[in-house]
Amino acid sequence: MNDEVDLAVDVRHITKRYGHKTVVDGLSMQLRRGEVFGFLGPNGSGKTTSIRMMCGLLTPDSGEGHTLGYDIMHEAAKIKREVGYMTQRFGLYEDLSIRENLDFIASVYEMDRRRERVDHALERLGLQGRQKQLAGGLSGGWKQRMALAACMLHEPKLLLLDEPTAGVDPKARRDFWEEIHKLAAEGITVLVSTHYMDEAERCHRLGYIAYGRLMASGTPKELVANSGFHTWSISGEDISDLADSLTDLHGIDMVTRFGNTLHVSGEDLAALDAATAPYRDNPQQHWTLGTPQLEDLFIHLMGKAQDNYGLEAKK
Amino acid sequence: MTIFSFARLLAVVKKEFIQIRRDRITFAMMIGIPLLQLTLFGYAINSDPKHLPTVVVSHEQSTFSRSIVQAMQHSGYFDIQSTSIGERDAEGMLARGEVQFSIIIPADFTRHVLRGEKAQLLIEADATDPSATGNAISALQQMTTSLLSHDLKGPLAYAATTSMPYEIIIHRRYNPDALSQYNVVPGLIGVILTMTMIMSTALGLTREVERGTMENLLATPVRPLEVMIGKILPYIIVGLVSMILVLSAARWLFAVPFIGSLWLLVAVVIIFIAANLVVGITISSVARNQMQALQMSFFFFLPSILLSGFMFPFRGMPRWAQYIGEILPNTHFMRISRGVMLKGNGLTESWSELWPLLLFMLVVMCIGLVRFRRTLD
Ligand SMILES: Nc1ncnc2c1ncn2[C@@H]1O[C@H](COP(=O)(O)OP(=O)(O)OP(=O)(O)O)[C@@H](O)[C@H]1O
Ligand SMILES: [Mg+2]
Repeated sequence: MNDEVDLAVDVRHITKRYGHKTVVDGLSMQLRRGEVFGFLGPNGSGKTTSIRMMCGLLTPDSGEGHTLGYDIMHEAAKIKREVGYMTQRFGLYEDLSIRENLDFIASVYEMDRRRERVDHALERLGLQGRQKQLAGGLSGGWKQRMALAACMLHEPKLLLLDEPTAGVDPKARRDFWEEIHKLAAEGITVLVSTHYMDEAERCHRLGYIAYGRLMASGTPKELVANSGFHTWSISGEDISDLADSLTDLHGIDMVTRFGNTLHVSGEDLAALDAATAPYRDNPQQHWTLGTPQLEDLFIHLMGKAQDNYGLEAKK
Repeated sequence: MTIFSFARLLAVVKKEFIQIRRDRITFAMMIGIPLLQLTLFGYAINSDPKHLPTVVVSHEQSTFSRSIVQAMQHSGYFDIQSTSIGERDAEGMLARGEVQFSIIIPADFTRHVLRGEKAQLLIEADATDPSATGNAISALQQMTTSLLSHDLKGPLAYAATTSMPYEIIIHRRYNPDALSQYNVVPGLIGVILTMTMIMSTALGLTREVERGTMENLLATPVRPLEVMIGKILPYIIVGLVSMILVLSAARWLFAVPFIGSLWLLVAVVIIFIAANLVVGITISSVARNQMQALQMSFFFFLPSILLSGFMFPFRGMPRWAQYIGEILPNTHFMRISRGVMLKGNGLTESWSELWPLLLFMLVVMCIGLVRFRRTLD
């Protein structure tokens, strides 16, 4: 076992290439035991690939790391036994019934008291009555709950959930997050990749990845506070016109519309103030200077990453 | 950490069986196609192969025996490989399928011809594939009258005046009535197994990748080898069932005899099925989706049907086609199954065809395993 037992995942400078494309580029990330870690990043940024490396499904081309104290380069088999991985796509068999699926997973992990465990899982899911139904016939929300139940069957210490709530309705998402926090309270470490900001706010800590590199990490509060990013929030009338006139001004990095409010952000506070000054005394609008939303921040980070690595990646 | 677990293998096998059972159409196809093909192919295709390997067992060395051999060579149908071979050796070569004909010239042949007594030339033909031997035999019969006429001149001319200087006795070995179903049925087992086995594994594995279940499967402790064997085993059983189906249909519908050992045939079938399944697995590791897997399966299936000696007599094919044919498992399987069913061959006679089959399987299995591992990364 590794010395740093309080880290469930500890990867350093891991890199993965497909052909000439570097999909994950020197990523270092640590997950503390018992925390819920949110993994964010635009499409194709390398989240799934990183998760696959953490759970022993892919071997990094370079770098080193440990998952639950096991070496990710050489002890993939041991990692797989103790990690629950929920794939981005529904990974269970649609032509097998709910019970058959769970039973298959249980026997593949060579678990004792299989029947009992499957019964228990079905009961927790509230699916005893439909256990004979084919998994393919379930709705998105139920599929996701079933997939979670399947990867919890062998009582893993670490859960890696790859976009578990994509395409799931708000109620089901809320229930799902309740479950996640319950598990975390029991001491299970959970990594969740997501594109939803409300979910990001529910995590203990976040990591933001773009072009295969970790751009920022920390608690949601820390991220906002340390961003060096400032946002004017404007509500009132004629917001559309205002947005159009502000968009390309020097000192303004981003203009985002949220219904009846407009967020105008920039890194340099002085420049931002100078640029917005001529518009601020409109009596029909209400201006407040505040902290940026997580979403503003991430979109800003994405743009920054594009400037730094985007061209490189295109080469 | 266990390298190979029987319990996990069993779990995969069980899952696979449930899926096969649920997939009604595929299941019906695996059972229905063999029967359909058996009925359709019940009538064989004829053609005219030449240069068939022949040995001559000559109990006398004379002008006559030499002219017979020469005339046979000239006819184009026979490729005389030896004229100084014992009867027992010739028998063995015929059984192993190394030669198609063995011609036996008896000891007193010349004397009988000269005396005008009925002389006999004995032809032993391997008639398991009647379309291959038919034309050669009729060419031989036409030869008889003209053959010795220029040897029988002057004082010997009287011998040629008799309508036939000698008589040809043909033993159509292994398939005395020259029925083409006899030949087709053993071959059909090979063709059916090739098609169903390759397609089911190639599609089965690519389906897992395409539907995204493979990633989930590989995140569990299951080993690639367990997945591979677990996928193969159920189809071996399905393959055996369709073989039994074809054999019974052959027995009751076409009255094809079965002389050899059923157990030997079953053992060979299992090896043959395994050889095809590893081809399927290799295809699935190359194919990106089920459509590609299907196309590649057909790419392998066509030569297996056309160049294996199933459609056309093997010895009637051009040389290059024969070389390709020799690689294909179906070619060897068909020779073995014909030998076992119709000639009653045992393991020793079958060995010369069995080892190429085993070699093929081992080579492709290595490729398949290496490629299969790579797809995980
Ligand atoms: N097996 C593979 N072969 C080649 N390229 C791949 C492979 N797997 C992933 N990629 C590429 O790597 C990049 C990162 O993919 P990855 O799936 O890790 O992104 P992601 O962050 O999970 O995206 P999303 O949010 O859309 O799920 C993508 O551009 C993808 O095309
Ligand atoms: Mg992904």
